[in-house]
Amino acid sequence: MTALTGTALTGTGRLIRLAVRRDRWLLPLWVLFPCLVPPVFVAAFNGAYPTAQARHEYMETSLHNTAFTVAYGPLHGSTLGEMVTWRSGFVPVVIGLVALLTVVRHTRAEEEAGRRELIGSTAVSRHATIAAALLMTCGACLVLGAVSALAMIGQGLPAAGSLAYGFELASAGWVFAAIGAVAAQLSAGAGTARGIAVVVLAVAFLLRGIGDVSGLSGGRLGWLSWLSPIGWTHRLQPFHDERWWIIALAVGATVALTAAAVALSGRRDLGNGLLAARVGPAVAPPGLRSPLGLAWRLHRGSLAGRTAGLAVVGLGLGGIAESIGELMNNGSPAARDVLARLGGPGTVVDQYLVGMMTMFAVINAGFAIQTALRLRAEESGGRAEPLLAAPVDRLRWAGGHLVFVLLGPVLGLAAFGAAAGFAHGLNTGDLGRDLPRILAAALVQLPAVWLFAGLGFALFGLWPRLVAGAFAVLLASLLLGWLGGELQLSRWVLDLSAFNHIPQLPGGEFAVPPLAVLTVMAAALVLLGLLGLRRRDIPAG
Amino acid sequence: MTDAVSVAGLVKTFGSTTALDGLDLAVRTGEVHGFLGPNGAGKSTTIRILLGLMRADAGTARLLGGDPWADATALHRRLAYVPGDVTLWPNLSGGEVIDLLGRLRGGLDPRRRADLLERFDLDPRKKGRAYSKGNRQKVALVAAFASDVDLLILDEPTSGLDPLMEEVFRETVREEVRRGGRTVLLSSHILSEVEALCDRVTIIRDGRTVETGTLSELRHLTRTTIQAELDGPPHGLAGLPGVHDVRADDGRIRFDVDSAALGPALSRLSAAGVRSLVSHPPTLEELFLRHYDRAAAGNGKHAEAAR
Repeated sequence: MTALTGTALTGTGRLIRLAVRRDRWLLPLWVLFPCLVPPVFVAAFNGAYPTAQARHEYMETSLHNTAFTVAYGPLHGSTLGEMVTWRSGFVPVVIGLVALLTVVRHTRAEEEAGRRELIGSTAVSRHATIAAALLMTCGACLVLGAVSALAMIGQGLPAAGSLAYGFELASAGWVFAAIGAVAAQLSAGAGTARGIAVVVLAVAFLLRGIGDVSGLSGGRLGWLSWLSPIGWTHRLQPFHDERWWIIALAVGATVALTAAAVALSGRRDLGNGLLAARVGPAVAPPGLRSPLGLAWRLHRGSLAGRTAGLAVVGLGLGGIAESIGELMNNGSPAARDVLARLGGPGTVVDQYLVGMMTMFAVINAGFAIQTALRLRAEESGGRAEPLLAAPVDRLRWAGGHLVFVLLGPVLGLAAFGAAAGFAHGLNTGDLGRDLPRILAAALVQLPAVWLFAGLGFALFGLWPRLVAGAFAVLLASLLLGWLGGELQLSRWVLDLSAFNHIPQLPGGEFAVPPLAVLTVMAAALVLLGLLGLRRRDIPAG
Repeated sequence: MTDAVSVAGLVKTFGSTTALDGLDLAVRTGEVHGFLGPNGAGKSTTIRILLGLMRADAGTARLLGGDPWADATALHRRLAYVPGDVTLWPNLSGGEVIDLLGRLRGGLDPRRRADLLERFDLDPRKKGRAYSKGNRQKVALVAAFASDVDLLILDEPTSGLDPLMEEVFRETVREEVRRGGRTVLLSSHILSEVEALCDRVTIIRDGRTVETGTLSELRHLTRTTIQAELDGPPHGLAGLPGVHDVRADDGRIRFDVDSAALGPALSRLSAAGVRSLVSHPPTLEELFLRHYDRAAAGNGKHAEAAR
């Protein structure tokens, strides 16, 4: 007689193999990409700042760039290891994002698509899906950390610091993988689950940014960084008196969050979330009568969420801009000297704001591409067919979504710029000057954002399978901006990035021609997408 | 009378796979036309070409007198479509989807909508993600039947419905046709449904049309099985054209015969003296299975070549 044997994790191994098989292209890419960052920075710093003296000067300048502190975390010293770790400070955020997306992809997204049911009916235990998704993701993060550490050791950096850096990356991945697992239990929709987890990541990033800036300038909000898992990972302090116990904190948080996800999963039915699905109206509201009306219904939630999120982040980042003045007074005479050469505190605040504007232009471009991907999801999910079988021209159908692809960033950047300008204006006491200045600085990013929106849409029309490639181009642009300065790449390489052509506002010179060129290019891409869409099969074969 | 749908020599390839390989299809105005074929035969691809979602590589397709690709939007005012795999927007209620699709087609009759919801026993307030497969199909069916259109294109519309709802579906289709002028192209695997509803059928396999005609015409294409007890050996029976698989055993005989050869075969039997006789008419199942089963289809081709 066969007993009903099987542990809580039966089938996990096979599910991991399935997940790895599904991600066989994606997984190596996101594991390898972060490992390339430290060697690039080592080469860059060795090339640009070969002496300890040069590095020290660089540190003095960087310490007082609040944009750097927000993006990368605190800089502790001027050794090569510290510099590379600090400059790679955004990598944990990217890894956290990828980790949570991967976990949602293999849990809630599978469940929503109905494939989880098929798997669940086989000899697979209840918790095997969560276990498999977490084990694969956390394992990948560990590999990623190990390879990064090896890469740094290979570059001649101290082993202990390299190892700590590896753990910094891995632990960011672990914690956010577990956060993804919890979010996946909350909502019946994968989109909402992703949204919840991404908001947690954004809040963690914001808390760390505000906490670190406040800490550096002697403010009272330094403890905020300790609320943020991103903040913990930086506090491992690779190459600077490593705090190894932080790893235990990250592992503990991961285990606790995993336990919470398992407990939540045990309390709900397959296909449901903890946030109960409500019933809808029996009759459609009058506005739901056109492709545009439908697109509004489909996009309004994420549009409102993103806009509100950007406004909150804008308030936070705008609010800390003024603290740069305090930083200057706290800085060493050498630092004050450097700042004076750069053009005084006003210029430094502006430089910080320019950095923030570029960063949020990239984020909004990401949102725009994601909105364009929705069109592809509608098509491949079979939801475009019933509409296109009704008297709806394909261009009208795509146009409804296109409105949100193009206007979403307008709203997002306006909210971010207005909020940042408002908070900064309150601090300076000159709202009438700073609000319009900073709002304009945000809106001037639009042509570059539209270029990526147009790219996403053109790919959708011409080569729909490659539509996610727009993200790859965005990532490449981000890297160019990120590494370009240190690598001392030639101007034409840097100019490949659309963001490099945007006027450096506030403070810089405003110029219409590059904006006009970018806008025309974006319009041409949209047109190409429309032409492609008119000719091709739906769904694309 | 013009045909609502006329397709000739349709070819469609996806990379190296040939989905349609010279398909022909003619649906007469006012009829219910069964569109049959094994999975992957090319039914959905044909329908997508008829809906102007895909463009054929060769051949011609006409729909309601227009070009399905060039005149798509105008033609779609006059048709309603139920996809084989209905997916709904997770955050829209069923009622909202029905209204949206109806309004896009130029409005729907609220009384007819309410009547259909009641008949199909569908709760229109549930969100898309909460519906079962059958209920998603009902949403699409109600949206299609509630619109006032000339042509209904239904791609396996009842695969998720229970028998009760299947009956409601049949009644509704019959009503639609009785209301006059309405044409239905029904892709289906359910033989009883095809038999109950369809005036004519087209069977396709591997992207090609293999049979088309009324059901009784198609029945003629298959063989009747005859078993008989005879007084003596039936001289010359095995040699008759259209008689197959003759097995004689101790005064009993069993063979298959083409409908056209039934007369001559029976006269040979009566010449030998018939003590008892049983004949099995061809069933639709046999007809379909012959076309669905690749191996059997191959034999059929050989048989035709031998004739």
